[in-house]
This record gives sequence, structure tokens and C-alpha cells, in this order.
Amino acid sequence: MTALSLKNIHKSFGNVEVLKDINLEVEDGEFVVFVGPSGCGKSTLLRVIAGLEDATSGEIRIAGEQVNLTPPSKRGIAMVFQSYALYPHLNVRGNLTLALKQERQAKAVIDERVAEASRMLGLEPYLDRYPSELSGGQRQRVAIGRAIVRQPKLFLFDEPLSNLDAALRMNTRIEIANLHRQLSASMIYVTHDQTEAMTLADKIVVLRDGRVEQVGSPMELYNNPANRFVAGFLGSPSMNFLPADNLTPGDPRELGLRPEDIRLESGGPIAGTVSHVEQLGGDTNVILQTSNVPITVRLFGQHAIAPGDDVQFGFDPNRAYYFGNDGQRLQ
Amino acid sequence: MNKARSNPLNTFAMHGALIFYTLIALFPVFVILINSFKTRKAIFREPLALPDADSFSMIGYQTVMKQGDFFLYFQNSLIVTVASLTLILLFGAMAAYALSEYRFKGNMLMGLYLALGIMIPIRIGTVAILEMMVATGLVNTLWALILVYTAQGLPLAVFILSEFMKQVSDDLKNAGRIDGLSEYTIFFRLVLPLVRPAMATVAVFNMIPIWNDLWFPLILAPAEETKTLTLGSQVFIGQFVTDWNAVLSALSMAILPVLILYVIFSRQLIRGITSGAVK
Repeated sequence: MTALSLKNIHKSFGNVEVLKDINLEVEDGEFVVFVGPSGCGKSTLLRVIAGLEDATSGEIRIAGEQVNLTPPSKRGIAMVFQSYALYPHLNVRGNLTLALKQERQAKAVIDERVAEASRMLGLEPYLDRYPSELSGGQRQRVAIGRAIVRQPKLFLFDEPLSNLDAALRMNTRIEIANLHRQLSASMIYVTHDQTEAMTLADKIVVLRDGRVEQVGSPMELYNNPANRFVAGFLGSPSMNFLPADNLTPGDPRELGLRPEDIRLESGGPIAGTVSHVEQLGGDTNVILQTSNVPITVRLFGQHAIAPGDDVQFGFDPNRAYYFGNDGQRLQ
Repeated sequence: MNKARSNPLNTFAMHGALIFYTLIALFPVFVILINSFKTRKAIFREPLALPDADSFSMIGYQTVMKQGDFFLYFQNSLIVTVASLTLILLFGAMAAYALSEYRFKGNMLMGLYLALGIMIPIRIGTVAILEMMVATGLVNTLWALILVYTAQGLPLAVFILSEFMKQVSDDLKNAGRIDGLSEYTIFFRLVLPLVRPAMATVAVFNMIPIWNDLWFPLILAPAEETKTLTLGSQVFIGQFVTDWNAVLSALSMAILPVLILYVIFSRQLIRGITSGAVK
């Protein structure tokens, strides 16, 4: 069964078209990540699904039911916000139970669900505290707990990790992945961080300027990007683009090379001067100035390369991507 | 305060300046208070002296109690002030919420229209207001005053509150919507508590002018049973003779309720500030 299906969704604010003809299916139990640069419409799309914004045209179905005119609370969704959005006047228990009380659930059901959610998220010691007495990570867990107790058909996450520091972000990311496995619920997750997208998603939806650029599993998108934008957006450090003209004069195409697919090779086709070296211990990132474009090279292990060195690099032609003038990938 | 960042000289200078300002601000109130307990002669002979055994007199307070129904005036003032403030805060906040939260045609124009009242003094329309009150039969009722003061206070209230409401997190309101709260619940339970400091500011701004107003009570409700405190005190100020004892006593007593209201609102103000600081 499909958890969510979007058909020809358009959304405009005044004259500005924010979403342009979005079509998407989310299968039951699937973890879908919307990713794209800021202003690409990913948050708006999530809000349209949640019912916080009306779609200008198009059809939204959640679990097979058309919900275009259904208010957010009746759509069977739960949402986790970037700023946690906990109710400041209620303690953790109050925050968790509010929606259930609004639905007029029996007290036994409410208690049971709160107990289960707080056990899953380790919230038991904090149930009587107020949001202002919790740390950022704890608040985010309460926000996730508030979504879990509703047992929604569809979870919506709006950049839930961007307010957390790096270490906590990684832990919470793993927690969300575990949660998805335990609940086997359908989830939609919005982020601008490609690492989160790659690590969490069953399916990534790359958006740009209100359009879906490509949909697929993380490795599909990584290994087989449909265009220059997707190729450049996924992967860190990001893909190098250089005119193919550099290597074979007269070639009008653009060549895309992943930093890790480039290797140190004396007499190789790419030559340049090292402008900066990042020693990460496990990896070494070398930023190279060639005749016209800078190139990032990722070498495994530790290498004695210093800025100012003249070096040559080669690459595996099978791992090279070519793009036309319109940004589309050429096979 | 952090020890490393303070030195005794700075602390001394700061407190000195604050104490000096406090003295200046409290001086007129102090003079009114001490003189209200003195005989008429003593008031004029030595206005700044404290009342002593010779000059002490309660004559002013006795006059106030005897003449006119002082407690009724008091009650009228209190009813008018509290009712007006309640209506200003309620309607002001609701209008501000609508203007800041909902996108609709003419939102901007509506906001400007509501803010227009800040620039145009309501007293310009006194004649029209009086005619309206006569036509509706509200002259010499407290409602006349409450309605006028509400109208007078709303523009600034809407203006200040809508600025603050814009700062309330959208996520919080949306979380409420997803959890099935009605727009009214979101407004009263989520948004209002967060803009409490602004509400207190608006209340304080509006309270003093309403309490002290002489113009509208004199024109719209001069009847004995609807006189406000300020209007009631005027009987002691004559064209040729002024009963200063009574005037000062009446004023001293008039300060009290405003003081109490002010303390209530400023506590809210402080609580609002500290609860907002931790996010």
C-alpha cells in the first residue's frame, strides 16, 4: 500500500511558484528524505503534506485517502519540528498527552502509549520536567515522543537535527534510524544535509527550485546521478567539474569526477599545483589548482603532500561522468 | 554579578545614578503625601517640611470623606480602568494575532487603518462621540467611558502586540494545529502567554492616562453616580478658593490603586522576560 501519494502538486505564494508539478509515491514503511539547497521548496512540500499550507492544485492522498481538505489533525500524521516547538506551559507528560487528549482517547490508552514512547526514548526520568529544564537533545527526544504517541500513518520530520551540535546530531540520527526500524512506520524527513539524507533514507528525493530533480535510493543517486545538480549535491567533498576540453581538446562536454575516484599518478592527465592539504588522519583531502578550475582529491590514508607541490593525477574512465551544456548527464 | 567584570567604583557610580533618579522621580509624590497630612497654614509656610505635632492634621482626609461620595468615585474609576484595560488587551491581542498570523486580502491596509488611531487624537472627535453617546443613551453611564477608552487604547495595543506576535514561533502554532488544537486554543494557551511582557507593557501604557483622564468623564459622564476619582477631586479646586488639604488627600489616595495595578503588571513583565530568556 502507498502511505503517501502526491499527484501534480503545485503551490504558489502570490506570483511566486514554489512547487512545480510534484509527483511522488511513498510506500508503506519507507523512509523518504527530501533534500535540496535552502529555498528549494522542500519544507513547503512537507507543510503541504501536513496540511499547514494548501496546495494550489494537485491531489494529496495519505494511506489511500484524499486529504486535500482534511485539517492537519485529522490526516493521521505527526510532525517533528526543527525548533522542537514544545508547549512551554506543559511538562513533558503534558506535551506527550495533549494530542491524545484532543482525540479523546481513553486514559488507559494514553498512559500505555506514553509509557511505551518514554521507554523507547529514555524519557522516563524527565516526565515531570518542563521544556525549559531540558537540554537540546532531550527536547528533541520529547518532540519525537510527541509524534510517536499518536501512532500516525506518516511521520514528518522538518530538519529535526539542525539545532543540535555535531556529536548529538550523529547520535540522534542513529536513534531515528533505529526508531524507523522498530516502528516500521512511513517517514518523510526534510534536510539540507546530504549526509543525513544518505545515511537515513530508503529513498531520496532531490529537489531544486520547486522541482523534483531525481528520486532513488542513496546509492542509485550517488552512482547514477541524472544531472549535474544531483551529482554535485550528493557526496562530501562534492564532485569536481571540469571542462572535458582540458583532457581532450575540442570536447564540449563537462567532466564530473568524484574526489575519491581520482588517484595520485605521475604522468597522469590532470596536473596542477597543490594549494591546500587537509590531513584528516584516515583521509587526506588535497585541493589542487589546475589551469582553470580547482579540484578536490580525496586520498585514502596519509600522504606527504605539501602546498606548492606540483603533482599529477589520473582517474578510472569508468568512474567518470559526462554532462551536456544543459546540465543533463550524457551516457 | 560577575566579580571579574565589576569594580567597586563602577558599582558605586551605577547605584548612585539609580538612587539619584529614584529620588527625583519620587519627590513630587513625596511632597503630595507629606502635605496631605498637614494643616493648610503649614502647607504654605513650609511645603517641604515633614508634618510634626503642630502641623499634623487629617483635615484633608476628613473633608474628602465627608464631601461627595468618594468611595463611589473610587469604584467608578476602578471599574472603568479595569474594564477598559481588559477590553483593550483582549481585542487588541485578537486583532494583532489575526494581522500577524493570517494572510488575507487587505491585511496590510487593515493594519494601517488600525494604526491610524495612534496619530489622530481621539479628543478631536469629542463632539461626534458625545452626539453618538446621546443618541445611544449611553451618556452618564460608565459604558460610555469604557467604550471610548477601549477605542483610544486599541491602535497602540494592536501595533505593539502584532510586532510581538510575529516573533512567536510558527512551529509552535503549527504543532498545536497538528495536535488538533483550535485556533482559539492556540491563541489563548500558546500565543498569549508568550507575549505576556508585551501585554504588560500595553496595560501600563494605557492604565495611567485612563485613570487620570478628566476630559471624557467631564463631558460624557459628569453625573454624581458616574463621576470618576479625578473628576470627583475637582470639586475641591475652585476658581477662587482651592481646598489644598482635600486635593492633596484625594490625590494621595488616588495613587494607591494605580500603584497596586502597576505592581501586578510589572511582576508579569519580569516573569515574562525571564521565561523568554531560556527559550
